[in-house]
Amino acid sequence: MKGVILSVRNLKVSRGGVPVLDIPGFEIRTGEFLSLIGPNGTGKSTLLLGLAGLIRKDRGEIGFHGKPVENGARLLDYRRRLAMVFQEPLLFDATVYENVASGLRIRGMARSSMRPVIEENLALFDVAHLSSRSARKISGGEAQRTSLARAFATNPELILLDEPFASLDPPTKEAIVQDLGHAMRIRGTTAVMATHDRMDALRLSDRIAVMDGGGIAQIGTPAEVMNQPVSEAVAAFVGVETILKGRVRSSAGGALQVEVGSREIFCAGTCEQGKEVLCFIRPEHVTIYPEGSRPDSSARNVLSGTIRSVQPIGMLYRVSIDCGFSLNAHVTGQSVDDLGLLPGKGVTAVFKATAVHVIRKPGA
Amino acid sequence: MKMLNRSFLVIMALFVAAILAGSPASAADGKNLILATTTSTQDTGLLDLLNPMFEKKTGYFVKTIAVGSGQAMAMGSKGEADVLLVHSPAAEKKFMEEGSGVNRKLVMHNDFIIVGPPSDPAGVKGMKSAPEAVKQIAAKGALFLSRGDNSGTHAKEKDLWKKAGVNPEGQKFYQQTGLGMGQTLNVAAEKKGYTLADRGTYLSLKKNLGMDILVDGDKTLLNIYHVIVVNPEKFPKVNTSAARAYADFVVSKDVQAIIGKFGVDKYGSPLFFPDAGKPDND
Amino acid sequence: MELILEGIRKAIWLLFTFDPEVLGITWLSLKVSGLATFFSLFIGISLGTVVALARFPGRRLVVSLINTGMGVPPVVVGLFVTIFLWRNGPLGFFELLYTPTAIILAQAVIATPIVAGISLASIQKLPEALRLQILALGATRIQMVRMLIREARLPLLAAVMAGFGGVISEVGASIMVGGNIKGYTRVLTTATVMETGKGNFDIAIALGVILLIFTFCINAILTGIQQRERPR
Repeated sequence: MKGVILSVRNLKVSRGGVPVLDIPGFEIRTGEFLSLIGPNGTGKSTLLLGLAGLIRKDRGEIGFHGKPVENGARLLDYRRRLAMVFQEPLLFDATVYENVASGLRIRGMARSSMRPVIEENLALFDVAHLSSRSARKISGGEAQRTSLARAFATNPELILLDEPFASLDPPTKEAIVQDLGHAMRIRGTTAVMATHDRMDALRLSDRIAVMDGGGIAQIGTPAEVMNQPVSEAVAAFVGVETILKGRVRSSAGGALQVEVGSREIFCAGTCEQGKEVLCFIRPEHVTIYPEGSRPDSSARNVLSGTIRSVQPIGMLYRVSIDCGFSLNAHVTGQSVDDLGLLPGKGVTAVFKATAVHVIRKPGA
Repeated sequence: MKMLNRSFLVIMALFVAAILAGSPASAADGKNLILATTTSTQDTGLLDLLNPMFEKKTGYFVKTIAVGSGQAMAMGSKGEADVLLVHSPAAEKKFMEEGSGVNRKLVMHNDFIIVGPPSDPAGVKGMKSAPEAVKQIAAKGALFLSRGDNSGTHAKEKDLWKKAGVNPEGQKFYQQTGLGMGQTLNVAAEKKGYTLADRGTYLSLKKNLGMDILVDGDKTLLNIYHVIVVNPEKFPKVNTSAARAYADFVVSKDVQAIIGKFGVDKYGSPLFFPDAGKPDND
Repeated sequence: MELILEGIRKAIWLLFTFDPEVLGITWLSLKVSGLATFFSLFIGISLGTVVALARFPGRRLVVSLINTGMGVPPVVVGLFVTIFLWRNGPLGFFELLYTPTAIILAQAVIATPIVAGISLASIQKLPEALRLQILALGATRIQMVRMLIREARLPLLAAVMAGFGGVISEVGASIMVGGNIKGYTRVLTTATVMETGKGNFDIAIALGVILLIFTFCINAILTGIQQRERPR
């Protein structure tokens, strides 16, 4: 395991007297890709600016390679070892080449020694052919590529990305995400990215921090965060669509039987009997079979119900089933056609006990 | 940072250069002479002839500030001028009585004239008395343009109204330009009105004006210029030696001769009549 | 009509025969207004940038003062500069009244709020995040300010033109603090006023035409900059 590159302790930031950020602490390891996700206004960008030492903090400490980053020379030195890319490319009114050179010029590098560095980074983000073009006369995608090349040109140890893909159209974004991933791998750069798109976070991240109300609600691997959200808010943000209130009827050998309304579901986990709990079920983990069929599956939960609605959501459809409680499933268009899924139709919904994540109900 | 230092030095150098280039004469202390005078001496071109001669002879640098006689004396009474060349005898006497000036000397005269459109709607042409003429202009309601700037000409004009027993202020026929003599003549020509002018300025502008001399020769129309040295005891910053040199220069025999010939070649008659050394009744 | 034609003929004659007096007046005008603009740029851009970037109590008041200053009539500036420079005034010791330096000073005072106001507006118009981006690139505060000024260079160039155009065509302050002294503080505008007063309309028109040529050139450059293609 590589060492800790960045540590945050007791970070508090307020704006106009209102607290906007309150982080007890976390650490980022060298080479790690950490995503900050969460709804707008939960402090993702503020945390990034805090990490870059670009905002006034009420208190708290940022440690870089174990040494606190203070004001003055130490802060400048720290900033010269990181880079930041924003949602807007924020290019200078100069050529693409000059933009990529800007970080190096700030560091006082000689013009002659810059050239190979700049050319390497222009190539890394596939903008070498735009080198002599004005940054005002290139497309949005090309501009963001230039902005990334500018950030990587200073060979930063840490790169901070603030919604870098939010203004791009899907194909452009796809290509840039791939190039960024490639750049990160070959350079071994540590990254922290703020995004409101959990899919971007899932693709790129080693760990994800879910932010809520100026704090970090949960931090963990993508699987942990997606499948085992620690709260209703996190669950809702990571795409859990079925959140059920229930009571533990029995608990034995890591398996729970939870009473939800008039039905019972089987879940993996441990909990004292009689406790009130919340059960989270991701829609991808629910499968739908024709009514009455006994699916060939080891899944413990087999529930009959009636379709309440079928909505297209991009490539998939969201099927909402009334089976004593409301259960959402995501299915392909193919399945909708094959099974003739229409509102009012009876179906059998199936999910594994391990697909249900159970937490204690807060306050219970 | 290196760049920044260099540009800073360039700026400082330019600033110093600007100050030095800006005031070549003030580099040598006491070489500047501020002459506050009336517009007529500048507009006729007399000073353009005399001042270079003075500068060449004495090495002083003359800063001619051409304003009305009233303003020139106001400058003198604050010590902001060294020497005055003015033509407003009543105000000059007050100036002397206040102790603002020393050594007031008669320099020259010409005369004021009442000019107007050739059609002469008020019928004043050839009148012998200037106060009677303005009285008639007022009675006929014909437009009269006044300098209205406390200049020597304006003072003389107010004197005429007083003698005529007319108060023109606020009356419809009476308009004040607030401008110098040349411009007021232009306005009068444009509006086909009457005005009081000094003969020198009128003659120098005559070709473009289309205005005629309607009344002249009245003794009250005499226009007398004096040179006054501003009192150095009252205002220690006054360059008194230069001021005295200038006063002596304009009343000197040679310069008086030049004044007497000034304008003859161009207008056929002199614009000013040298008076230095003559008895001064005003 | 005949007069105007005669004036224009005279103007061309004076220009193409390089009449020494006209040339001297023109050169002095350019020198005085150029230097005044130069100093006003130095102070105006610094002031505008500081006010645009800094947050301090009373900032709104300063912004209002700059905006008011942009519209102060030159004669008012002339009056105050005259009072300050009088021999017996607070700065009389320098003996600057009725010198070209006095005109430079007055014109710089006139142009500074214009330059400061345009600088303030153009720096403020830059995206807020650009400052953060520049700092995140590792810039010191001084480097950041210089890069921001560089980014705003087009509107700042407009500030230069506006400042220069404002002072070279200004007459009130120049005549008050300069005194229109022949061969010393006589600039294009004061000479035009005087020649008009003397009835030398041909020379006045000639001087006016020269002034027009300069203002036209300035506006042509300004328009060229404004029309420069700048897609977002």
